[in-house]
Amino acid sequence: MQFKRFLPLFIFAGLFVVFIIGLTLNPREIPSAMINKPVPEFSLPPLKGDGVGLSSADLKDTENIIIINFFASWCGPCRVEHPSLEILGKMDGVKLFGIAYKDLPRNSISFLKSLGNPYAKVGTDLKGRTAIDWGVTGTPETFFIKNGIIRYQHIGPIYESQIAEKIVPIINELKEESGS
Amino acid sequence: MKLLLTLLFIGLSQNAFAIGVDLKKLPDPVMEARAQNIMRELRCLVCQNQSIIESDAELAGDLRAIVREQVAMGKNHEQIIEFMTSRYGDWILLKPPFKASNAVLWLGPIFLLLIGGFLVFRTIRQSENSVKLSPLSADEEERLKQIIEDRG
Repeated sequence: MQFKRFLPLFIFAGLFVVFIIGLTLNPREIPSAMINKPVPEFSLPPLKGDGVGLSSADLKDTENIIIINFFASWCGPCRVEHPSLEILGKMDGVKLFGIAYKDLPRNSISFLKSLGNPYAKVGTDLKGRTAIDWGVTGTPETFFIKNGIIRYQHIGPIYESQIAEKIVPIINELKEESGS
Repeated sequence: MKLLLTLLFIGLSQNAFAIGVDLKKLPDPVMEARAQNIMRELRCLVCQNQSIIESDAELAGDLRAIVREQVAMGKNHEQIIEFMTSRYGDWILLKPPFKASNAVLWLGPIFLLLIGGFLVFRTIRQSENSVKLSPLSADEEERLKQIIEDRG
């Protein structure tokens, strides 16, 4: 009887907790479908000249952690994240590649000239089809790859504050796996 | 006249039949219709909660082009949906599939309806019981008579 009297209160408390948790979630965040999948096959032209700028073969490197960054000169947040990429590109055991998304090569080139080029190699995805194969929804987006498998997808810019907090721990975790 | 004008403007607005600004459609109207049916099921990843057929986002345009290409290549509905979900997950579907992870979402309303129905049923039965009266006893009959006579 005592319990029954308080039942509405318990239901209210339960709903309260559920809604409070709900309020902290971000419904715009798109869960990544690419995690633990092998990298999609692709072959993209370079910024200058003919041939291959970047292809999936470059990502099957088993010695390094591969980072793929989708960027564009027209993308504001890409400028914001650029200093972070400079840091990531210089890390040991890490290879940073860029894919220029729907960007004219000459614009990408001047973007990289004025800000610096942190990428070991760059491919140009003029039509944005490779980006769709990667499940990219917009620039910037960054993938972390180990042994040809996508392990982490970062949507939006990597802020410098996130490098120590989030990115370095992920890279270290992936590196330690190879030791075992 | 007013009604006619209203109807005319509703017709002109064509919101209900709006399709993104695609210049390239499939030449075969049957195939184009099939492609558009698929587009209606796909959620735009940029503007979110519009289908890609309604969205003006560039990515939605690219996805529409891919759907048309694959329809033209002879791929069926399931294959194209699979192409999309393998890249963007179930998120890209406007109607989420029934899965263990979202069973609560699908079954919750039915479950709540059953609970509610049960409560309503019980309440009605209880109130019926409380209204049910036993016939008056001889004593009560006598008193009732008395009261009526007194008033009269």
